[in-house]
Amino acid sequence: MLNDLSLSLAGGEVAALVGPSGCGKTTLLRIIVGLDHDYEGGVRLPAHGRLGIVFQEPRLLPWRTVEQNVRLAAPDASDESLDALFATLGLSEHRRHYPGELSLGLARRVALARAFAVEPELLILDEPFVSLDAALSSRLRAELVELVGRRPVTTLLVTHDVEEAIGLADRIFLLSGSPARVLAEVSIQSPRSGHTAEELIAIRKEIAGKMSLAPL
Amino acid sequence: MNVALRLGSIALLLAVWFAASNVTGARLLPSPQTVGFAIIEEARSGALAFNLGVTLARVAVSFAIAMALGTVIGLAMGRELIFDRLADPWLVVLLNLPALVIIVLAYVWAGLTETAAIAAVALNKLPITTVMVREGARSLDRTLDEMAAVFRMSSWARLRHVVLPQLAPYLAAAARSGLSLVWKIVLIVELLGRPNGVGFQIGVAFQLFDVTRILAYALAFVAVMLAIETFLVQPLERHISRWRPRAA
Repeated sequence: MLNDLSLSLAGGEVAALVGPSGCGKTTLLRIIVGLDHDYEGGVRLPAHGRLGIVFQEPRLLPWRTVEQNVRLAAPDASDESLDALFATLGLSEHRRHYPGELSLGLARRVALARAFAVEPELLILDEPFVSLDAALSSRLRAELVELVGRRPVTTLLVTHDVEEAIGLADRIFLLSGSPARVLAEVSIQSPRSGHTAEELIAIRKEIAGKMSLAPL
Repeated sequence: MNVALRLGSIALLLAVWFAASNVTGARLLPSPQTVGFAIIEEARSGALAFNLGVTLARVAVSFAIAMALGTVIGLAMGRELIFDRLADPWLVVLLNLPALVIIVLAYVWAGLTETAAIAAVALNKLPITTVMVREGARSLDRTLDEMAAVFRMSSWARLRHVVLPQLAPYLAAAARSGLSLVWKIVLIVELLGRPNGVGFQIGVAFQLFDVTRILAYALAFVAVMLAIETFLVQPLERHISRWRPRAA
């Protein structure tokens, strides 16, 4: 599934992995977080290795409330930090609700809150905004930007949406189809602070260019 | 409306019983009032409370043992394939061994003791509990396991918050079917080898052809089990399922 792939992230940077569906992005994430052991090579994680993850499905415990779900993953989180987190993500009135009572957008937010509550050294986001409508996903992206801005955390974002990657990342890794390898890297100037139309065109040209130059 | 229907149904049962006892004669089928008076008499003498108590104690202990062991073994078999392969033949044998055989062998090998009695009952309930919990363990949501693993939840937290709530319906089913199985077997065990309890009383009454006594103890016992079902089991079941979205 993956072939000769190597990545390294600087502390506090947001890296996006962009590649076609089925190329192995999720497999790579699973290897990084330790859910998949069937590989040759190595994974080096920061010191305490606290991981925060947002899966493609929210994966909340249906029999615990929103608040309990977050606290179970982050038992050491302070009340104030949780209050702030819930407020940022618009979850304050939903703390006592069960996941069965939430819409998909809200459930995704809870998953996001859970990942941030842990105060992770590495944050993994696996297509976190897929299958949401445009308005909702752009709102969530803005909230993610706010959270990352408040407390920089090394983030690995997997997405098939290039625009999403351009809007969120410091660096974009372009992956080939299966078996995946890194075709090219694109660095984004002034990440997450909005790009002018010309900047966007330039970035997209750079991406397209690097993709076409990559050895097949 | 529901309550009225239930009460009406019970009243109908009593009426049928009364009519039937007139037809068959009091020797074969005593009337409801005869049995009622017998129950009151046994209650007054303290015998009813004592025998019921002793039987319920046996039910409680063997139920607890079978549930605890069955849960542990079922969970292990559901999660570890190797253990499942090893233990499955034993499970199948135990499942198919008739209750009577287990009871008789227990008394033969361990003597007519309380331990043998409790063990026999527990062994009878153990396999079905194990099978049900194993099913539950096999159907555990791996995606939630993975989530808990990445967030480094402790084993205890995982058991309490991820595994047990998923097992709850299977545990409830095992408890339900187990309870009704256990008290029936407890009566047999008492009949065959214990000097007290509802089963023993029914055995004595059988030998004396005292149908009134048989029905008195049987009804009293059923009433107690029904009370347990209504006031203990059902509220517990509702509490466990409170997170489920209500059907619209």
